[in-house]
Amino acid sequence: MALLSVTNLGISFGGLRAVDGFNLTIEEGELYGLIGPNGAGKTTVFNMLTGIYKPTDGKIHLAGKDITGGHTAEINKAGIARTFQNIRLFGDQSVKDNVKIGLHNTFEYGTFTGVFRLPKYFSTEKEMDKKALEILAVFGLDEEADVLASNLPYGKQRQLEIARALATNPKLLLLDEPAAGMNPNETADLMNTIALIRKEFGVTILLIEHDMKLVSGICEKLTVLNFGRVLAAGETSAVLNDPEVIKAYLGE
Amino acid sequence: MKNLNKSTQKLITTILTIFVLYIVMQVMEQTGNLSSLMSGLLVPVCAYSLVAVGLNLCVGYLGELSLGHAGFMCVGAFTSAFFSKTFQGTIPDVPRFILALVIGTLAAALFGFLIAIPVLRLSGDYLAIVTLAFGEIIKNVINVLYIGMDGNGIHFSMKDMMSLGLEPGGTMLINGPQGITGTPRQSTFTIAVLLLILSLIITHNFVNSRTGRAVKAIRDNQIAAETVGLPITKYKLVAFTISAAIAGVGGVLYAHNINSLTATTNNFGYNMSIMILVYVVLGGIGNFSGSVVAAVVLTLLPELLRGLSNYRMLIYSIVLIALMLFNWAPGILKFREEHGLTGAAIIGKFKKNKEVQ
Ligand SMILES: Nc1ncnc2c1ncn2[C@@H]1O[C@H](COP(=O)(O)OP(=O)(O)O)[C@@H](O)[C@H]1O
Ligand SMILES: [Mg+2]
Repeated sequence: MALLSVTNLGISFGGLRAVDGFNLTIEEGELYGLIGPNGAGKTTVFNMLTGIYKPTDGKIHLAGKDITGGHTAEINKAGIARTFQNIRLFGDQSVKDNVKIGLHNTFEYGTFTGVFRLPKYFSTEKEMDKKALEILAVFGLDEEADVLASNLPYGKQRQLEIARALATNPKLLLLDEPAAGMNPNETADLMNTIALIRKEFGVTILLIEHDMKLVSGICEKLTVLNFGRVLAAGETSAVLNDPEVIKAYLGE
Repeated sequence: MKNLNKSTQKLITTILTIFVLYIVMQVMEQTGNLSSLMSGLLVPVCAYSLVAVGLNLCVGYLGELSLGHAGFMCVGAFTSAFFSKTFQGTIPDVPRFILALVIGTLAAALFGFLIAIPVLRLSGDYLAIVTLAFGEIIKNVINVLYIGMDGNGIHFSMKDMMSLGLEPGGTMLINGPQGITGTPRQSTFTIAVLLLILSLIITHNFVNSRTGRAVKAIRDNQIAAETVGLPITKYKLVAFTISAAIAGVGGVLYAHNINSLTATTNNFGYNMSIMILVYVVLGGIGNFSGSVVAAVVLTLLPELLRGLSNYRMLIYSIVLIALMLFNWAPGILKFREEHGLTGAAIIGKFKKNKEVQ
């Protein structure tokens, strides 16, 4: 059974048909790319997958479970985590706390325990700190654990956003233009990080990307979106050589 | 203090400062060096501080503007005073006051919870508008409430005192605009200070707990908070309810410090709500100790300056402006940052490494 199976997904904003008849199947362990020109509807697909937008038509199944139109928080619990094209960190909190918020549903104690600092508060916080630092270490961010998230340099903010998403222990990780705004060095770092997290966390990844080098370098399969519709899908090399794709996207 | 983080150090400093001030006030009062006006203000100052701490939780951490916290204070004041007055003859003083405290706090929490259910689902200015209306409605409802007690039990009316039909010898518990008279005056300065310190500890622990982090995450970025699986509505409700409950504690203190409790614009209407908001803003949004400082300074100052008669309001305004500049002017903030004059920096002198809470 596929990890993610999307059939005939569509959404309209007033008169605008932003996404139409969108199909996508991702197997467990794959690194899958979603590409297409600006305004093609890629981010909108992510927003539907994570319940931020409710699709007008179609179905989304995660590991066989129908999650179409579910609540964002519930979809995260079911196993989808994401990052955003415009970074959305908890800027007024430390790097470590950003990850600890990602761990919220894994390590639990109640409000009362927290307010009156019962023994469980101390033991759970200690476990959370340990786990958060472990995750941060994968991204080389453990040195900056106590820095305010908004004070991190841009590239590290993107890394932290991925770390926070991974903290929720997802089956499927959605990355929306993770290399956007990065310099070539940062992009190279990011490619290494993505390879590393696949190994360390065994997570399936769907990423939106503009950077062709990144896409062709790491994605095994691609789906190309154009004007809200799928233009081509399949093995990376085949898709990138598809004349339609070259005309619509690469050749522009 | 070495291995405590900054916010814990700050909490300890604040508590010690309050404790020292408490001793100074006690000594001055015992030795007759405190004017009766000043000593009459000790408990109200603590009550206002409590409401300000509660409101700061809402404004600073939930990120929602409430203009009705005087309403929660009012609920705490009237429910607890009503209880104390009703059971004045039947329950001994100490357990009755403890019960009154619990009842006032829970009633304010309940009202906070009920108001938050519909309002916190919305965003933007709705909360401010609805809480403003709530404060006014509570105050007006209490002004038409007539409750009396006689041998036949409790009588209730929203018309006037006559329609209660009390037997001779019955007592009025709530008498419309005249409110509640003869509440036992049990709010001592000591109790008030203890409750204030307790509220500072509770709010500090709350914002540094798992729930508190979630509340701050929702404030910082609601969509991101949802995508990491946080139940938004639940935590907003929790934070708002605690905020209202703390304001309710302020109300209980306030009510048990005066002979006659009435609901007027000045003590429980929007005037009061705005005044509390001024404490929160001037003391620093998200800074609980700052709220207490602002409440203390701005309540005591007019009394301290009484001797200066004509210049009183002038000096008061200058202090307001100075406080505002000190806390908010970008230039001054930068200067304080560079010269280590922020509260955090001063406390941070104990520590070498840079750390952000
Ligand atoms: N909430 C919305 N309301 C109206 N139009 C929207 C909304 N979200 C996205 N769109 C439109 O949908 C189209 C696809 O946008 P998007 O998914 O962001 O493209 P991209 O492929 O660049 O990520 C664009 O025309 C955009 O303006
Ligand atoms: Mg996009």
